[in-house]
Amino acid sequence: MTERTPGFDTLAIHAGASPDPATGARITPIYQTTAFVFDDVKHASDLFALKAFGNIYTRIMNPTQAVLEAKVAALEGGTAALAVASGHAAQMLVFHTMMQPGDEFVATRQLYGGSINQFNHSFKSFGWHVVWADAEDMNSIESALSPKTKAIFIESIANPGGRITDIAAVAKIAKRAGVPLIVDNTLATPYLCKPIEHGANIVVHSLTKFMGGHGNSMGGAIVDGGNFDWSKSGKYPLLSEPNDSYHGMKFHETFGGIAFAIACRVLGLRDLGPAISPQNAFYILTGMETLSLRMQRHCDNALKVAEWLSQNPSVAWVNYAGLPTDSHHALQKKYTPRGAGAVFTFGLKGGFEAGVKVVSSVKLISHLANVGDTRSLIIHPASTTHSQLMPDQLKKAGATPDVVRLSIGIEDVEDIIADLEQAIG
Amino acid sequence: MNHDTYPADYIRGILQSVKVIAMVGASSNEVRPSNLVMKYLLGKGYDVIPVNPGLAGQTLLGQMAYASLKDIPKPIDMVDIFRNSEAAGKIVDEALTLIPKPSVIWMQLTVRNDEAAMRAEAQGVKVVMNRCPKMEYGKLSGEWAWVGGNSGLVSSRKQQMHQSGKMQSLGIGEKPTTR
Repeated sequence: MTERTPGFDTLAIHAGASPDPATGARITPIYQTTAFVFDDVKHASDLFALKAFGNIYTRIMNPTQAVLEAKVAALEGGTAALAVASGHAAQMLVFHTMMQPGDEFVATRQLYGGSINQFNHSFKSFGWHVVWADAEDMNSIESALSPKTKAIFIESIANPGGRITDIAAVAKIAKRAGVPLIVDNTLATPYLCKPIEHGANIVVHSLTKFMGGHGNSMGGAIVDGGNFDWSKSGKYPLLSEPNDSYHGMKFHETFGGIAFAIACRVLGLRDLGPAISPQNAFYILTGMETLSLRMQRHCDNALKVAEWLSQNPSVAWVNYAGLPTDSHHALQKKYTPRGAGAVFTFGLKGGFEAGVKVVSSVKLISHLANVGDTRSLIIHPASTTHSQLMPDQLKKAGATPDVVRLSIGIEDVEDIIADLEQAIG
Repeated sequence: MNHDTYPADYIRGILQSVKVIAMVGASSNEVRPSNLVMKYLLGKGYDVIPVNPGLAGQTLLGQMAYASLKDIPKPIDMVDIFRNSEAAGKIVDEALTLIPKPSVIWMQLTVRNDEAAMRAEAQGVKVVMNRCPKMEYGKLSGEWAWVGGNSGLVSSRKQQMHQSGKMQSLGIGEKPTTR
């Protein structure tokens, strides 16, 4: 009676992706359609009332998107996932499903600058209040909690600093407080780290980065860990109470371990609308099949570049948890043992001016605002991704004016190093 | 039987072989899980018989309801229990007195009664606990992935359309029904 549990690489290729029943197509087709015909009026009303599985309208679901969702859920070890237009859209829907006006959530300051903006500004207009804490100080997270706290939000590998968060320690705090832990796993990907195994309840992704991996498509994902009791505290009425827009259905009672993913879809995505295009879902699916191969090469290259930089006389410092001398090396060994990711920062002794010179002088590495591409990328966060932040926030996010951020690609590492060498000069 | 995890073949074997399912605790409220599951299983060709004293003598989703298992005038293949874990014990004992005995006792998500399961298994009755047949059917057929669900299964075989020929309905290779 023993059945093999498929390994990670098998799931990356096969999860959710059986041959198309209508045509036998082996590769998931791009279902480039806005809507799907109904069998009859009864079938239509059953679909709208969530009484039958099935597609209605691509703003809510699409078969190409569904394969992507099942694959992301399988790789993260979640019960279900929802794919959306971007990582920002994923975060928007997660908080929309948990928060009421006046509610709070705790987030660590060591985040992608775009998330800091979203939390500080756009969320404020919904009446959702972020309370900032320090990922390196568990007491600061504990003391940021209040009776209004609905969730804790962290990044597994923080952007841009490349810092590793002690996920299990934060998960303990969240569990004691009776709130879910949300982990942005974009920079690690499930190849390096599976936050749900360390106690996370929800995982979010920008699929635009390493998951898709080729810098060609925007996408985001929400993964439901299926391990949080949404009904226990009464703090999550959208999940525990009868929903008026579905004739009084209670989501947690009806959908059990996939209730959060379903609610994000049929409430958040239905009403707010940030759907992923089937075409983008297809490109990301293709990229995900080689996730392991790419991530290992990204990590191996990044370590070599970080080692080279750390020995360069013009370099003041390198923040890469993969270096044995790094203050986050022990956490890296625990949470991302196969590698420390490929996004990290360094500073030059020449400060701001020298950083600008490097960014302006590279010939192979691309100067742009993205990470997680096959190509090596470089940016100066203080003037771009993190430019809307105040000096104090920049420092706390690990983006001081001298910081240069690299996203190391999968080119020949000798060529990447040669480009940095000529650019640093 | 280990009741923490079930092999996919065990669940598939059950859902392929049973035809008549007595659903204890079937609700007439259209947004209750039991009603949703009953509707789904009917759509997949199962003969689902609601058991609920409050509905006895009435029809639910076109099916005659009975007050108790022993009132059902035909052999039952599977008893699906939508009651709490404690109440499930008594229902299992009642099911085991039926002639012929059902071949499967299924307890819904969150319902688990290990003592009752042992009594049933001692009499050769297969038991599934803390699972939902709608969800499990969806995982085996592939419909589960339509809502982004992780079934834990992979296959290079094409999915099967359900024998009903309905739009957007996958099957699990069950034998054709006469219903």
